[in-house]
Amino acid sequence: MDQQEINIKLSAADILRQGAKAAWPIGLGYIPIGLALGVLAQQAGLPWWAVAMMSTMVFAGSAQFICVAMLAAGASIPAIILTTLVVNLRHTLMSSALAVYLAGVNRKFLALFSYGITDESFAVNMTRFKNGQWDRWQALVVNHSSNLVWVVATVTGSLVGQLVPQGAFGVDYALTGMFICLLVFQLNGRIYIITGLLAALISVGWYLLIPGDSYIVGASVCAATLGYLLKRRYRSSK
Amino acid sequence: MTFSDYIFLFGGMGLVTYLPRALPLLYLTHKQLPQWLIDWLSLIPVAILSALLAPSLFADAVDRSFSLGKPELIVAIPTLIFALKTRSLGGTVLVGMLLYWLAGLLLNT
Repeated sequence: MDQQEINIKLSAADILRQGAKAAWPIGLGYIPIGLALGVLAQQAGLPWWAVAMMSTMVFAGSAQFICVAMLAAGASIPAIILTTLVVNLRHTLMSSALAVYLAGVNRKFLALFSYGITDESFAVNMTRFKNGQWDRWQALVVNHSSNLVWVVATVTGSLVGQLVPQGAFGVDYALTGMFICLLVFQLNGRIYIITGLLAALISVGWYLLIPGDSYIVGASVCAATLGYLLKRRYRSSK
Repeated sequence: MTFSDYIFLFGGMGLVTYLPRALPLLYLTHKQLPQWLIDWLSLIPVAILSALLAPSLFADAVDRSFSLGKPELIVAIPTLIFALKTRSLGGTVLVGMLLYWLAGLLLNT
């Protein structure tokens, strides 16, 4: 009985440790961005507790930046909420892609897990799931430890952010570096390389021509569909 | 803004952030997915990562114009090579940061 309890405790500690190990590049990237958001929010007149509330209730970096900018510009609450919805629609795609690895999992877990699906946690978890040996609990740790760092960083930014020099040690590049490496992890086969190149081309074109953030969802759906059609054609011609 | 304004604003934002993340997962995990959908979804991560990255490397955010000389892009090349060679996530992040920092120092002098 005691032995069993120890085993459970050990494995819980292992899960926490492995999850945190996978999440640290995310945290490293979130610190400068969170500090920057906190500073901007404070300049826009948000008290620190409102920043804490926002980061806990929303947890969506780009939407939070837009919210602060819109508040500073005097936008209405419904306009900000609507913009948030549009900016975050891309997460429906990520949530759908994660569903392949979380088939049949109970809904309570999924409800808790969904809260932490961000661009970053999605990319880290998908890479691990694809390589196997990744468990939903470790994925949950990635999501929630990232959120914790995010809340602490944004609140810290709103309190003391102006004291931190901008761009110190290249931290602004942490998430870009992470995305580059996670992209490399995804390139295991010709069809993935082609899809990635298509997405790059389409997203840049879309970004230049169409205002707003629709380029992320638009280019991803177009590139994945083209990639899928190419793959099917290649298969059937064989 | 009052406390209740903030509750209303962040509550609304939280809802429209949470639902797109939760609904597909809650629905699709309890369905038998057709093979074509699984195949299509397997291409989504590479497409999303590429679509998130490419405009930040090849376009200027201020006026949304095409740009081939951004420090972000120049630093991305050695960072990409490092990632291809080592396949180390933490290492790539640190190398990218270091190079970007150095690029900033060189360009500002």
